Amino acid sequence: MAAKSIISRPVYGTLSPQPGKHHLFIADAEGALAIAEMAGRAPPRFFDDAEVVFIPGPDGKHTVALEALKPAQFHQAPSFASLLPRLRQTLANAHMGLRLYLSGTEGLIGQAMQVALEAGIDHTSIQTEHRGSLARRMQCVHCKGITENVTTQPATCAHCGLLLLVRDHYSRRIAAFQGVCINAEDRSEIPPMEEIFR
Amino acid sequence: MSTGTTKLDVVVSDVVPVNDLVSRFHFRRRDGNLLPTFSGGAHVVVEMRDGERTRLNPYSLMGSPLDTREYTISVRRDDVGRGGSLFMHRSVKPGMEMVVSYPVNLFSLDLRAKKHLMLAGGIGITPFMAQTAQLAAEGGNFELHYTVRTASLGTYADVLRARYDRRVRLYHDDLDERIGLDRLLSTQPLGTHLYVCGPAGMINWVRDRAAALGWPPETVHFEHFAAPQPGLPFDVTLAVSGKAIRVDEQQSLLEAIEAAGVDPPYLCRGGVCGQCETNVISCDGKFIHNDHWLSEEEHRSGKKIMPCVSRFEGRSLVLER
Repeated sequence: MAAKSIISRPVYGTLSPQPGKHHLFIADAEGALAIAEMAGRAPPRFFDDAEVVFIPGPDGKHTVALEALKPAQFHQAPSFASLLPRLRQTLANAHMGLRLYLSGTEGLIGQAMQVALEAGIDHTSIQTEHRGSLARRMQCVHCKGITENVTTQPATCAHCGLLLLVRDHYSRRIAAFQGVCINAEDRSEIPPMEEIFR
Repeated sequence: MSTGTTKLDVVVSDVVPVNDLVSRFHFRRRDGNLLPTFSGGAHVVVEMRDGERTRLNPYSLMGSPLDTREYTISVRRDDVGRGGSLFMHRSVKPGMEMVVSYPVNLFSLDLRAKKHLMLAGGIGITPFMAQTAQLAAEGGNFELHYTVRTASLGTYADVLRARYDRRVRLYHDDLDERIGLDRLLSTQPLGTHLYVCGPAGMINWVRDRAAALGWPPETVHFEHFAAPQPGLPFDVTLAVSGKAIRVDEQQSLLEAIEAAGVDPPYLCRGGVCGQCETNVISCDGKFIHNDHWLSEEEHRSGKKIMPCVSRFEGRSLVLER
């Protein structure tokens, strides 16, 4: 569970079934467990109007558990990038009454929410539940490059190589935490690097 | 002085009867300057000096937000109300000097929306006059569904049809035309926001159906100014200012507090904005809550009251004012 911090740092809840005509679930890895647990609290036939999009983790688990929910549609993708065109298409053709449920890693929740915001869904209207890794998607505020799966503090920018303090300051628009140069005054000062976002 | 209620000295520049029940009032600044800018959905509180009495009633601004040379409001005559609308219809004439508040918007458009779906009933059309003008000017996507009693009482229906053509759909009660609400709500593109203004029953119906059909609460906007209801007179002690006051039959509690020289904050005077929320120190009797601000739990607790619209019946009431 993510610790409480500044107001910009996203907080996640527990998936709960919402009234609606169509339910779109997007999950990665252990996020599948959040959907399976929510199914226990959902009204009968809830998944008759549901579409589940799943990106399995490295262990390849949980697919069977999701298929067992018998959603109207089940789609599996190897990465978020690979499902992006499909997601954009789905949202572009959707009507009010579609409810969105995101569960899994922060990177997945953030990037799916970014697409949803562009489609006109308010972030407060989206059900989220964080499961699994705390690894962060980080934007270097200096070169603007995005580094995925950052687990250390500080972290090295994969684009410009600066050593960055990974802040809790988060951008929903960019779907990334902000990384700021930690040794701008004296580049020879190298603070110890700890793995804290696991 | 109350938040957002800085006053504007205006003169009535025109009074135009619109139909049997509705008249339109135009205000300009006495000093000839432009009025403050406003956004579609904003209202002003109009001060009505009626002999000994001063009434303060909120009315939606219905002119285009692009034109601040004048403010316009439309007032529906209510023959059994507390007299504010009758005063406007009978006593307000061109050339008369009046005072109105700065505009306040408690029913603004969410401009992040991909589309704006507007539902109006009766005189609830007025905020949409300004909102449609604002959206049309910037190429916004909107659709207005307007229910009227009869064609002749369809205030501005002709104007709206002429301006926006098929973006305006009319429903006449007397011809038994009914809005197909579920179908309408289920066929809106993702990113649509819903706005509803009209009688309380209509607002509740639309909000209920929208919630059931999966519209998140953030996408449903409504405005209902509950006009203060008359009722039995009652006595109140204002603990902070050390005053004992009586609220008359036709007076609101807020008006009685103001008449005693105490100046609580207010914005809407219609039970929606929350500004005048007042703590109850003690009471012996029952509350008649008419606001849309406090939760049901707070209503039951007997610890808070919205003096703009709510009343009290009983032996004693002590307020923290």
